[in-house]
Amino acid sequence: MAEVHTVYVPRDTTACSLGAEAIAQQLGRHLAMHSPDCRLVRNGSRGAFWLEPLLEVETEQGRLAYGPVTPEQLPDLLAAGLLAGTTEHPLYLGPVDDIPWLRRQQRLTFARAGVTDPLSIEDYRTHGGFVGLKKALSMTPQALVDEVKASGLRGRGGAAFPAGIKWQTVLDAPADNPGNPQSGRKFIVCNADEGDSGTFADRLVMEADPYMLIEGMIIAGLAVGADYGFIYLRSEYPLAHQVLQEAITRAEQAGWLGADMQGSGRDFQLEVRLGAGAYICGEETSLLDSLEGKRGMVRAKPPLPALKGAFGQPTVVNNVLTLAAVPWIIDQGGQAYANHGQGRSLGTMPFQLAGNIERGGLVELAFGPTLRELVEDFGGGTRSGRPMQAIQVGGPLGAYLPAAQWDTSLDYEAFAEAGAVLGHGGVVVFDDTVDMAQQARFAMEFCMVESCGKCTPCRIGSVRGVEVIDRIIADDNRAAQLDLLAELCDTMEFGSLCAMGGMTPNPVRSAVEHFPDAFGVTPESSAGAA
Amino acid sequence: MLNYFDPKTEHTGAGSAIDWTRDYGTPAVDSDVQVSLDIDGVAVTVPEGTSVLRAAALAGINIPKLCASDNLEAFGSCRLCAVQIDGRRGMPASCTTPVAEGMAVTTQNAALAKLRRNVMELYISDHPLDCLTCPANGDCELQDMAGAVGLREVRYGFSGENHLQAEKDHSNPYFSFDPSKCIVCSRCVRACEEVQGTFALTIDGRGFDSKVAAGQDEPFMDSECVSCGACVQACPTSTLMEKSIIDEGQPDHSVVTTCAYCGVGCSFEAEMKGDKLVRMTPWKGGDANHGHSCVKGRFAFGYATHKDRLREPMIRDSIDLPWRAVSWEEAIQFTADRIRDIQTRHGRDSVGGITSSRCTNEETYLVQKLVRAAFGNNNTDTCARVCHSPTGYGLKTTLGESAGTQTFDSVMKSDVIVVIGANPTDAHPVFASRLRKRLRQGASLIVADPRHIDLLKTPHMGEGIHLPLRPGTNVALINAMAHVVVSEGLEDEDFVSRRCDPEAYRQWREFILLEKNSPEHMETITGVPADSIRQAARLYGEAGNGAIYYGLGVTEHSQGSTMVIGIANLAMATGNIGREGVGVNPLRGQNNVQGSCDMGSFPHELPGYQHVGVPEVRARFSAAWGVDIDPEPGLRIPNMFDAAIDGSFKALYVQGEDIAQSDPNTQHVEQALTSLECLIVQDIFLNETAKFAHVLLPGSTFLEKNGTFTNAERRINRVRKVMAPVAGKEDWEVTQDLANALGYPMHYSHPSEIMDEIAQLAPTFTGVSYDKLERLGSIQWPCNEAHPDGTPTMHEDSFPIGLGRFGLTEFVETEERTNRRFPLLLTTGRILSQYNVGAQTRRTDNQVWHDEDVLELHPHDAEERGISAGDWVGITSRAGDTVLRARISERMQPGVIYTTFHHPGSGANVITTDNSDWATNCPEYKVTAVQVEKVTEPSSWQQRHQTFGRRQWQYLEQASDA
Repeated sequence: MAEVHTVYVPRDTTACSLGAEAIAQQLGRHLAMHSPDCRLVRNGSRGAFWLEPLLEVETEQGRLAYGPVTPEQLPDLLAAGLLAGTTEHPLYLGPVDDIPWLRRQQRLTFARAGVTDPLSIEDYRTHGGFVGLKKALSMTPQALVDEVKASGLRGRGGAAFPAGIKWQTVLDAPADNPGNPQSGRKFIVCNADEGDSGTFADRLVMEADPYMLIEGMIIAGLAVGADYGFIYLRSEYPLAHQVLQEAITRAEQAGWLGADMQGSGRDFQLEVRLGAGAYICGEETSLLDSLEGKRGMVRAKPPLPALKGAFGQPTVVNNVLTLAAVPWIIDQGGQAYANHGQGRSLGTMPFQLAGNIERGGLVELAFGPTLRELVEDFGGGTRSGRPMQAIQVGGPLGAYLPAAQWDTSLDYEAFAEAGAVLGHGGVVVFDDTVDMAQQARFAMEFCMVESCGKCTPCRIGSVRGVEVIDRIIADDNRAAQLDLLAELCDTMEFGSLCAMGGMTPNPVRSAVEHFPDAFGVTPESSAGAA
Repeated sequence: MLNYFDPKTEHTGAGSAIDWTRDYGTPAVDSDVQVSLDIDGVAVTVPEGTSVLRAAALAGINIPKLCASDNLEAFGSCRLCAVQIDGRRGMPASCTTPVAEGMAVTTQNAALAKLRRNVMELYISDHPLDCLTCPANGDCELQDMAGAVGLREVRYGFSGENHLQAEKDHSNPYFSFDPSKCIVCSRCVRACEEVQGTFALTIDGRGFDSKVAAGQDEPFMDSECVSCGACVQACPTSTLMEKSIIDEGQPDHSVVTTCAYCGVGCSFEAEMKGDKLVRMTPWKGGDANHGHSCVKGRFAFGYATHKDRLREPMIRDSIDLPWRAVSWEEAIQFTADRIRDIQTRHGRDSVGGITSSRCTNEETYLVQKLVRAAFGNNNTDTCARVCHSPTGYGLKTTLGESAGTQTFDSVMKSDVIVVIGANPTDAHPVFASRLRKRLRQGASLIVADPRHIDLLKTPHMGEGIHLPLRPGTNVALINAMAHVVVSEGLEDEDFVSRRCDPEAYRQWREFILLEKNSPEHMETITGVPADSIRQAARLYGEAGNGAIYYGLGVTEHSQGSTMVIGIANLAMATGNIGREGVGVNPLRGQNNVQGSCDMGSFPHELPGYQHVGVPEVRARFSAAWGVDIDPEPGLRIPNMFDAAIDGSFKALYVQGEDIAQSDPNTQHVEQALTSLECLIVQDIFLNETAKFAHVLLPGSTFLEKNGTFTNAERRINRVRKVMAPVAGKEDWEVTQDLANALGYPMHYSHPSEIMDEIAQLAPTFTGVSYDKLERLGSIQWPCNEAHPDGTPTMHEDSFPIGLGRFGLTEFVETEERTNRRFPLLLTTGRILSQYNVGAQTRRTDNQVWHDEDVLELHPHDAEERGISAGDWVGITSRAGDTVLRARISERMQPGVIYTTFHHPGSGANVITTDNSDWATNCPEYKVTAVQVEKVTEPSSWQQRHQTFGRRQWQYLEQASDA
């Protein structure tokens, strides 16, 4: 067999935490000594984390995959002929494109993830990058907004607000604001404060395909008349930070970003600002406060950020995934995107399988399949091998779904009907050893730790919630405490300023309702809390 | 019988039905668009942008609330003000929900009641249950709301996590911080930011750990807190509470009156228990302050009942003799006899009087009337001589009226704000807060000052330019700015051609374009880079609305009047006169500087700035007063001193001024005072001047009398009596008694009658009366037939002199120059916590911030002389020398040193010289050439002063003992 010319080792936070960095170093030394003509490319991850570190070699048959490879296994793999594209080693997985877990996905947004060198503009363009932007530069703002409207794209951060309508609001918003030094400007803010438990799709975009996000933000700017964008990035993503900074510099140097982009006469500047470790700063108004250098506190709405956002000016605040979907939509047309999915849930959703799961990673699917299909067919059940007990979808504020609800279709409306949320697409699986009363308690505790402290129901309610659940668990006046918990949940839902306090009752109520045994209640006595 | 004003029953505020004792939840909104909605079945129409909470309050529907207050932007944290709106989901907070046309709002139903009760239950689960012993008992919004929502139990119990053990902070002398009572509504934090603009407070921690913290979580006194009281005012519980209330309990009644400190003229509610003042609360209905305050007006009122107050009249034949306490009758007769005797022996002109900028308009009017009608001469002057006399001269010459052109609120419409020789964050703090608010909204700031004043450090402001000029070079700077405006075509030609005298303008334009006035030429004189001056001039010249504010750093110079003219020239040339947002604004130092000038205190002007030399004017006054008016202007204060030393001026009646401390060249003043045969001092304390007196007439504080003050924006505000005068008489009564004893009859029974007389004689006051003041709250003069409700903005259509007159402003260097012997320039000023000569503030806990005057100098000058922080340094000028402790400060520029004169023993004015403004004799306090060196003991003057002072206090004590 002929020597291969290119080896891929992912430079991705998950892969690196599993040894990819050590592998890349060993491999680099090996190549320098033995195969100087073979190129080592640090690609992004394909999101199949259960196979990371996933090594690929470029052959005439396409890219062949090996994984999961530990640094200790590398010498053996090399000896077995990795660089010749061996098919004999136990870690050999076949051609990457044939891996069913990947092949069965519908990758629109994540089509390039793991395929390209994230920082190579050439790679990006070879794989369809900047086609949408090229097109956008010749379109009117209204035409761009219309295209996004036609796509049916909804906010992927969790609130699922139609992106086109938000953009229309910002496009139509007057930016004249006497006295404000920023008067006349509009802003694009990318929410990259990915804080939901079990989520990593934003990170994957930024680490594996950063130009896609940049392209999406530029298009958003062209659509609403903004010439400046901020990526508000959580500080826990140092690699994403590094990649974004480098990508922005390169995009500017290549004339895709900055003044007079591609000779169009249009400008767009982009800046990364880091968060400081607060979950609440993923809430868009807190994010804006933090972005402006203030303490991250939830702002009352109205005014909507679309009208009075960053520095008091009209602002698009969209999640990474929302903006990342835009280049494809402009390239292929809104209708092409809307051809995926069902009902009012159109396009694809990158689900993130985590928790106690056998095959964790990113699964991009058109809306529609059931939760069960996702966790069983793709996820392969629990990693512990024990039966699944509950699934929490949509982050720490999502409901715990019992088996009876696993056939719910992955669709915003179907989930809402089940009292649950899709949120940012995080899916966390729990097996039957988990104490669901403790999980309910955890929901309140999470709120207690992460509340910004502005509104009373969230600030004090979460603390009392923990105490009340503790009393329920300790069977201290249990029935009365369950009633109190139910009322507290109502107070938090109706009284809280933002979704943090308003949605904390979701996991609590669902745990009480679906797993009454965990709270020591017989079905009849649990009626009050449900 | 005390005259109580009960704001609850009176109608205040110009033409509005706003009840200032109520809190409408969110601020009023200005909009031309009216929106109608339905709240609980009541049809309500309010300006667009108004919150549902405020709309309901205006309709008399009180939605429960805790974090909302109508002087703060809506915040939406307490969630008590939740409502339901037809067609909308959930229960939105009414404070953050703006009204919409046709909206139907429900403020009360079972679901809302339950939500509110449950939220309140959460609050109380982390709050002490000590209502009966709590200082806020009876004045606690949390308590009120718990009652309003019907909270009956706390099902969570009280064993959960809480803040009940949080440590108290008593560091501030006036208020305590008890975080165990805090409900984290952020009203204090927001008040510190939005109202005061200091940003000293923050919320530290998050979630349940959220707590109010001063500075970097340090005691209030160690933080940037300036003790303005806005946080205390905002607190709905007893977390931030006045120590006076903790000690005394809640007040039982209150009277609205006007602060007697600076020229801002804040309205306060004097809150009383019986005849004891327990709290001063800024009055929301006050048009000058809109419910804000500073550390002086809010807290420093304890002097009124200080043990040092003079409580009985006293006389003596010589200043080397002890005082003799006598009856009012005896003291008045003694005084009258002395004055008549001196006049008999030395002539009618050998006596005179000094009116006070701290007394009321009515009292000031009476003193000058006494001098003119009873003494029979024009030897009347006022302390405005030593502060803003150049303002009177300069503005009258150019614009035709001796007053600032704007309201304070005007600054909220300015785009570029120029501050020259003023330090508003210290000297006019409540106005500074509004200015800073405008700077935060994006207005640009230009500061011309030798020092880097705190205004330049305004948090969250936009563009700021500092022009750090050398003391004494104001005119060079303003000429250079005008040169840029004219040479770069930034003039408002339309305004100039319509509103200004063409010949005067042509001459000025020709003059200002001379190369010698260019920034490049002036750079060597002012020390300010030409580029900076050009940048500043362009900014101002191109501003939509450019406003100039200035203080004593403009007037107290040898060219003070020239500089005022230069400022007016610049404003006219750029068309920045005659509308909101622009103007020329003198910031007056004392509470009634404007009023004392208006009232005819100057020797050449009768009330209303009418010259004594004009026969028709004199004829009117003669007819009203029944005496002939001397046609010759009388002596100015410095002339009085010189004449006293010469022996031609023998008796002086000084009401409420401390010329021995506040006037320049103290040793010269002392020589003059000791030369007098009879010095009559009417004051609340034995001040420095009183130590040289032969008659002591106990004065009354602003709390003890009725009258009016006129602030820097020409606003006439009522001063209302809240307690009886400690010595039995209001100041105007004493002056009246003296007039009667001198044989000139005065028979006023109330200050309102004095105001009626003023209204008859001063054309700008014809429409002013106490009745109208009660009705409107306050009046900005001119108030006459043309402007029956007063005049907020002056010169809108024309100037009182018809066309505005440009004046030539040749820069002439002061004679007070540095040389080898005196290489440094001393400039003087004020600090926040002390007021003027300090007689009042030094007798309060404000002392903790500034218990001695210090000398600030640049590190370079200090190092050259081996001076370290805290060293005693001797300061020597051509006039004298004194000793102060050194403070090393980067606020100074090298070569310039600075001090204050709040403490008499400092002797700051021993150093200042007799140099003065060419037109008005306003002293050149701001420029004195000096040398400084390390020393080990006080100056000889300080030692003499101490010995003399100690003896005079003994004389006073002996009188009390007798």
